[in-house]
Amino acid sequence: MTETASTGTLADETDQTRRDFLLVTTSTVGVVGTALAAWPFIDSMNPAADVRALSSTEVDIAPIKVGQAITVVWRGKPVFIRHRTPKEIEEAGAVALDDLPDPQADADRVTKPEWLIMVGICTHLGCIPLGQRRGEPRGDYGGWFCPCHGSHYDTAGRIRKGPAPKNLAVPAYTFIESTTVRVG
Amino acid sequence: MTTPTWTNPIVKWIDYRLPIFTFTQHHLVEYPTPKNLNYWWNFGSLAGIMLVIMVATGIFLAMSYTPHVDHAFDSVERIMRDVNYGWLLRYLHMNGGSIFFIAVYVHVFRGLYYGSYKAPREILWMIGVLILFAMMATAFTGYVLPWGQMSFWAATVITNLFTAVPLVGEAIVNWLWGGFAVGNPTLNRFFSFHYLLPFIIFALVFVHLWALHVHKSNNPIGVDMQGPQDSIPFHPYYTIKDAFGLGVLLLVYLSFVFFAPNFFLEPDNYIEANPLQTPPHIVPEWYLMPFYAILRAFTADFLWIPAKVLGVIGMFASVGVLFILPWLDTSKVRSARFRPIFKQVFWLFFADCLVLGYVGANPPEGYFIPLGQLATAYYFLHFLVVMPVLGIMEKPRPVPDSISAAVISGKEDT
Repeated sequence: MTETASTGTLADETDQTRRDFLLVTTSTVGVVGTALAAWPFIDSMNPAADVRALSSTEVDIAPIKVGQAITVVWRGKPVFIRHRTPKEIEEAGAVALDDLPDPQADADRVTKPEWLIMVGICTHLGCIPLGQRRGEPRGDYGGWFCPCHGSHYDTAGRIRKGPAPKNLAVPAYTFIESTTVRVG
Repeated sequence: MTTPTWTNPIVKWIDYRLPIFTFTQHHLVEYPTPKNLNYWWNFGSLAGIMLVIMVATGIFLAMSYTPHVDHAFDSVERIMRDVNYGWLLRYLHMNGGSIFFIAVYVHVFRGLYYGSYKAPREILWMIGVLILFAMMATAFTGYVLPWGQMSFWAATVITNLFTAVPLVGEAIVNWLWGGFAVGNPTLNRFFSFHYLLPFIIFALVFVHLWALHVHKSNNPIGVDMQGPQDSIPFHPYYTIKDAFGLGVLLLVYLSFVFFAPNFFLEPDNYIEANPLQTPPHIVPEWYLMPFYAILRAFTADFLWIPAKVLGVIGMFASVGVLFILPWLDTSKVRSARFRPIFKQVFWLFFADCLVLGYVGANPPEGYFIPLGQLATAYYFLHFLVVMPVLGIMEKPRPVPDSISAAVISGKEDT
């Protein structure tokens, strides 16, 4: 009697384990399959091939005189290109790194010292800082001033005062010729 | 059905305020389902899953589609070439329409064969006919969106049906178009409707299921469940069976998507719409062909009614007649299993629908014209004469007392 009963229990347990195994494996395959099927949907919202193909912009910088600046559009964003004066370059190089919220040497932010190229978007909340045009406020450090929340950038585009946490971003760019630069 | 007692305190707290767990338990878990359902009963849930797939792919396609006559065609090509996995989303959506219709047509013919439309399920059936109408409208408006040659001329031909309305026909059509021909306003509103209608279908499906859950599923012998001995709980028995059916459906569906994605599509729709040139041969998608054949079957005026009006009436009536089918069928027996003559008449009717589809796919010339007229005549004869008369004349075979009795005696398999 005892033996029969124990055999019965053993069979039940085996059955139970087998069912659990089937349930877990089937559910796992189902969940993984659904997750894989979701990826094309999510990825379709990423930048498409034609958008990615337009990810670089070429700019002729010959007409920009010393002290002038232009704004070009790259990937839908404004890019500041400033032809810096010797005084501005000197000011930017003279700052002690310890005085900066986001320490970075001026030399690390430019390829050619006279050409400062940056993404013109305030690192605080995405406004476009003023200072490109003649007559616009340039903040306390002679660079740019963001009117939204009062961030001051210096002549190397580094944050000096205000709520922005980072320096203005420097995009990847190369000088194709001495007067043509490709951003991106 | 007893109210379950929940042990988990969070579940209990929520369920007391919003009984979603009790609802799920009643309608998806312990929901009593006839124990003798065959695979034809899979197609309702399969159609429901196709609806979800169509809405999901559609929402993501709409993110990359531009409903403007100057950009629509190019935006679809951009989806195919540039948008990540755009080709997959579009092919899933395009072929999904056909698979959705296959599932729904099987579902409808299953209802016709087993008498699922009979009392007390008339309203359930009629809501189903409304869903079919809404699906056709959705499919048609969607077909126009890529703005290919077939899109444009399908829109032109179908909207022109309304010129058949006496006196105000012209005004109605201009109103539908938002102009004096199919154009940008038409495309914009078709996109709007194509996005709206699936949600109306969702609402109708909900009411369809509500009505279903009142008297529960019909079954192959057409005898209602009389107690627990006739039913099994929906979960796990039918959830697993539906899941298996879904696996098979996905194999078929995805075979088209990956290996023959343009199987169902007319090549002419890869030519951008040209309002100055009609393609030599205009055909609708396969699932509308039988109705198209009925539209074209009326070639002569009848009394004072022009042929054009008759065609339009005939086409709408071919679906509309399903509304009154529960009262046209006079037989007390539901399932064709116990109706020897109806069983043959059913297949005759099915063949008639195939003939109509074949005629609809071909140009209206030669022997296709009389064949289409004959098939149209039989289509209506089936509903308006055969069904009422057969119900009275036919002597049904003895019907089992209950599902259990049928299962035990083995008659269930016949």
